[in-house]
Amino acid sequence: MSDMTYIDAIHAALSDAMEQNPEVFLYGQDIGKFGGAFKATKGLQEKYPDRVLDAPISEDAMAGVAIGAAIEGARPVLEMQFADFSSVAFNQIVNQAATHFYRTGVPVPMTVRLPSGGTPGSGPFHSQSMESLYAHYPGLVVVTPATVADAYSMLLDSIKMDDPVIYCEHKFLYRWLKSKDYQGDGLPIGKARITRAGKHATVVTYSAMVHEAVRAAEMLQAEGGWEIEVVDLRSVKPMDTDTIIASVARTGRLLAVGEAFPWGGVTAEVIARVSADGFHLLDAPPARFNARDTPIPYHPKLWAAHRPTPEAIAQELRKLLNY
Amino acid sequence: MCLAKVSLWWHFFFGKECYCQFYLTRFYWRGSKFALRGDAGSACEENLIKRMEITTEASQVNAYEHDRDHVRKVFRSMQTSRILENKLGSLYKAGKIVGGVYLGKGQEAVSASLASCLTKGRDIFAPLIRDQAGRTAFGEELIDCTRTYLGSVKGPMRGRDGNIHRGRPAEGMPAMISHLGAAISLVSGMLLAKRIKGELAGVVGATCVGDGCTSTGAFHEGLNTAAVEKLPLVLTIANNQYAYSTPNDRQFVCQDLVDKAIGYGVPGYSVDGTDMLACIKVMEEATAKARAGGGPQLVVASMLRLTGHGEHDDGSYVDPDLRSSGLGRDSIEVGSSQLIEHGFASAEEIEAWAVEAAEVVQEAVAIAQKESAPDPYQDDWAAFSNPANIDFHS
Repeated sequence: MSDMTYIDAIHAALSDAMEQNPEVFLYGQDIGKFGGAFKATKGLQEKYPDRVLDAPISEDAMAGVAIGAAIEGARPVLEMQFADFSSVAFNQIVNQAATHFYRTGVPVPMTVRLPSGGTPGSGPFHSQSMESLYAHYPGLVVVTPATVADAYSMLLDSIKMDDPVIYCEHKFLYRWLKSKDYQGDGLPIGKARITRAGKHATVVTYSAMVHEAVRAAEMLQAEGGWEIEVVDLRSVKPMDTDTIIASVARTGRLLAVGEAFPWGGVTAEVIARVSADGFHLLDAPPARFNARDTPIPYHPKLWAAHRPTPEAIAQELRKLLNY
Repeated sequence: MCLAKVSLWWHFFFGKECYCQFYLTRFYWRGSKFALRGDAGSACEENLIKRMEITTEASQVNAYEHDRDHVRKVFRSMQTSRILENKLGSLYKAGKIVGGVYLGKGQEAVSASLASCLTKGRDIFAPLIRDQAGRTAFGEELIDCTRTYLGSVKGPMRGRDGNIHRGRPAEGMPAMISHLGAAISLVSGMLLAKRIKGELAGVVGATCVGDGCTSTGAFHEGLNTAAVEKLPLVLTIANNQYAYSTPNDRQFVCQDLVDKAIGYGVPGYSVDGTDMLACIKVMEEATAKARAGGGPQLVVASMLRLTGHGEHDDGSYVDPDLRSSGLGRDSIEVGSSQLIEHGFASAEEIEAWAVEAAEVVQEAVAIAQKESAPDPYQDDWAAFSNPANIDFHS
């Protein structure tokens, strides 16, 4: 079997979901004949002409349509062309979809795909990571696959799930990340994975930052034999607190890394949970490391200094290890 | 030169059979661009827009076109709604209702005539803040209303949401959120799901908004999207002249909201919202066209809100001239006269219905008042249907 990329896995999951369930349909801008801005839906409209629908540039209405279809028994998969544009659909997602089950008892089996995160040259409006915003609202599951296999299995699981899922797929991984195995280990949504075992410090991270953290861990291994454990959250909501605490129990040190903006968010949540439930396990103050508190810059040189890089993560880890 | 260009555009929109240059009577200049409107009675304009003048005269429609049972059903829904809402107002003033009370006084005719054209179990009705009459006409039990207002745990929202934010989505009646225009795309999505499942034939989805909603992005995105998908949506705008306290002239500057239909490429209808028989006729036509595959229909019904925005608001900002104009007529009084005038019902029958409705309302209030409030220790506090998704266990 040839290598499958992260975007291939997303395509395969969409195709398989449509094959398995005639109530699954895809809705988004340019996703029909054009196959989507990132080709995640290439060829699917030819196969399922009535279930792959091009949407007008109306993110609010797209989300409203998906929610309505979901409460009426269909399984919509919404493609936001870029996660950044989901801000236009924010009202529908957080007020209509997220509140629906609690208010009415009727679930909303909708999946919203958010092509997320930075790539060189993408600038402030095509680079955002929105997971913390959606995770803040009760009623939304928020997943952040970091591997090809997770991209596949977590998208299938998201579509099968009766609750609304915000599926944050990282654009930087689309074509760079490859694997021969895309079926994976079948770990369910809500469970974190130990990507790399270690004993001196824990890095808790998710999405593309998992790979940057692993590189940082390799640097420190080569540099001084440090064994850094990397925990991939996989889903930021629900968050697998048990796996995080168990890792910190082994290492005594915690660094939470995220690509999103620094105020609040997933890394702050990780620190809060460990501080509250695992304070006695810590040998050093828990640390976190995020993007800078500015809009995401366009120029690759600025962008590379805006987000956490392996070198910068390694530097944060050195501080933690030397405490 | 100008007129030639204009008539070409007009041809494009309204079809070759119209020789519209004969009907163009008014030009409105705005800056360097001009906007056009045909005569209200223009033959070609009727292809897309149907207008009905607001007058203080009796109904402009021929009563003999109406189905007796349908008319009586519409009126009884209006009347029951008014009696229920008067009771809700009293309960609010007596401090028995926590939170707001939002009434549809003045809008009963348009709301009930829309929903009475729909069949529960097949069609979709997404009511908004002033649609008690429509809810009743669609088949919502009064007890759903009183339980939700009074916070009974047995109501459809179980105390988790209140007042007009109630519904039964599984029965084709979504529960509104407060953000205006959000239901337009929601209903469109419900219709789209029916299309995907092969169940759309003969189905209509309807929702109601107010004049204020027409200023939102959700209105634009929702109606445009429904038009692109040619969904059987009937979108009704109750232009009650005020969005909370904001009058029409601070909300929009187009001459008539129904003109917006042209921009979306959908048929539009304007109707006197105080005229019950006229409302019934327009709603029958709009729902029938949508049902037959004619795509979205935009109905603009004009009237005056005969109450404050909510019961906390005395509406003192309402222009007294509007109150005394045709818009200020009470659709229930108009409907009552129409029933008698055209022999659909006698005055005695109408009075007997009122007594019956008052009893039903009283019973619904009494039952809900006796029921338990939600117990925070019993609530499962679950925002997810799948317990595995619950992140905070409280």
